[in-house]
Amino acid sequence: MKVLIPSPLRSYTGASEVDAEGDTLDAVLRDIDRRHPGLRFRMVDEQDRVRPHVRVFVDGEQVFDLGRRMGPGESVQIVQALSGG
Amino acid sequence: MVARTPSRKRRTRRTGARTGPVLLVATRKGAWILRGDRARRSWSPDGPHFLGQIIHHLVLDPRDGRTLLAAASTGHLGPTLFRSSTLGRTWTEARRPPAFPKAGDGGTGRSVDHTFWLTPGHPSEPGSWYAGTSPHGLFRSEDGGDSWEPVAGLDGSPRYREWMGGPQDGTPNGPKLHSVIVDPRDPAHLYLGMSSGGVHESTDAGASWRPLVDGMEVVEGFDRSNLAFHDPHCVRICPSRPDRLYQQNHCGIYRLDRPATRWKRIGRRMPKSVGDVGFPMVVHPRDADVAWVFPMDGTSVWPRTSPGGRPAAYTTRNGGRSWVRLDGGLPRRDAWWTVKRQAMAADGGEPVGLYVGTTQGEVWASRDEGRRFHCVARHLPEIYALEAGEPAA
Repeated sequence: MKVLIPSPLRSYTGASEVDAEGDTLDAVLRDIDRRHPGLRFRMVDEQDRVRPHVRVFVDGEQVFDLGRRMGPGESVQIVQALSGG
Repeated sequence: MVARTPSRKRRTRRTGARTGPVLLVATRKGAWILRGDRARRSWSPDGPHFLGQIIHHLVLDPRDGRTLLAAASTGHLGPTLFRSSTLGRTWTEARRPPAFPKAGDGGTGRSVDHTFWLTPGHPSEPGSWYAGTSPHGLFRSEDGGDSWEPVAGLDGSPRYREWMGGPQDGTPNGPKLHSVIVDPRDPAHLYLGMSSGGVHESTDAGASWRPLVDGMEVVEGFDRSNLAFHDPHCVRICPSRPDRLYQQNHCGIYRLDRPATRWKRIGRRMPKSVGDVGFPMVVHPRDADVAWVFPMDGTSVWPRTSPGGRPAAYTTRNGGRSWVRLDGGLPRRDAWWTVKRQAMAADGGEPVGLYVGTTQGEVWASRDEGRRFHCVARHLPEIYALEAGEPAA
């Protein structure tokens, strides 16, 4: 599936969109981290909480639960939160 | 940026190093490396590195003179560490940055907001490093900073967790574990400071810790027996006499000569109009009676500016019995910057070079132990930390 990468994380991917696989959102993020090591820890902390100024959407719907099941054809958007003006 | 200090008739002696020193400038918006000539008169800026990232500390490994570690975070992303074995020409991200253990089911675990402090390990343990974090955490790497593990004797102690408080305790930008010190005589003998947590000592490589706060004062009206009320800002060990420690605290300047365990407040001899509040403290590399501080205004609401808008370092050359103001070359008035706890450093030269990085993004250098300062860089972002190092040739 396609995953949209925000500019602060493109130093890891070198691209604004990458491919990843997984049957849950957590699996997708771990797959991205396998392909682009270090990215996940910048957006998800060691307690598996999405960091305060990062937002994750699936097909435009904000998701807080990394265990969310991913369906065929869905896409993930990772964005930096609008914080600080 | 300014890269050269004015010529002087009296030449300053060389540092003794094969090349000139480097100044490692960590700022709110990236890092810069100022490469000095052997006379410490000319400084070549190299940067920005990591433009836009918050660099909390940038440290050169004195054991090889080449390895740099940089503690980084950004406004949106979590923390990480970068390593360079080429004095900053190339960088590699740490494979496993400092991170707290995952909480068990139902528990609320802590997460590292940023790594605040980096200390190279003992010379007998090449590749070892310590990191202090916010919130309070102590981590150790044994592979040159590539992977980090919590020092369990601190993080796993319920008593210490109580003293550390939560993310909302401590200083405005979060509680800091800082001043990680390795006794040059014994790699198992460690000290550390915690903002809102006190000074602590371990003699078993971090497996167990004990407080070292006797004699330290706390804010009036608070209970000094509660470790959470103790706020050391910066603790230093004297390389030439490792039984001597100096400390700049929220409540004064102190000295401790081991094996005694009671700190003596030596800041009482500072001018009353200036006081003995500040953040950084620096010790002389060869004379344990010499130290420097850079006071700030800690009155009323804690403006954290230079007292009266007149910045100055103060030095003692007798272990704190008296203090001398050092403001040669610094602005004489209307300068409202100050110097954070990691942003003052000394080199190993003769005479010692003294350096300060300001909250206004200037680097001031002295080749004569603080008697006269020259601005060697300006218009940088707010400086969080400044270290002086001697690179390998």
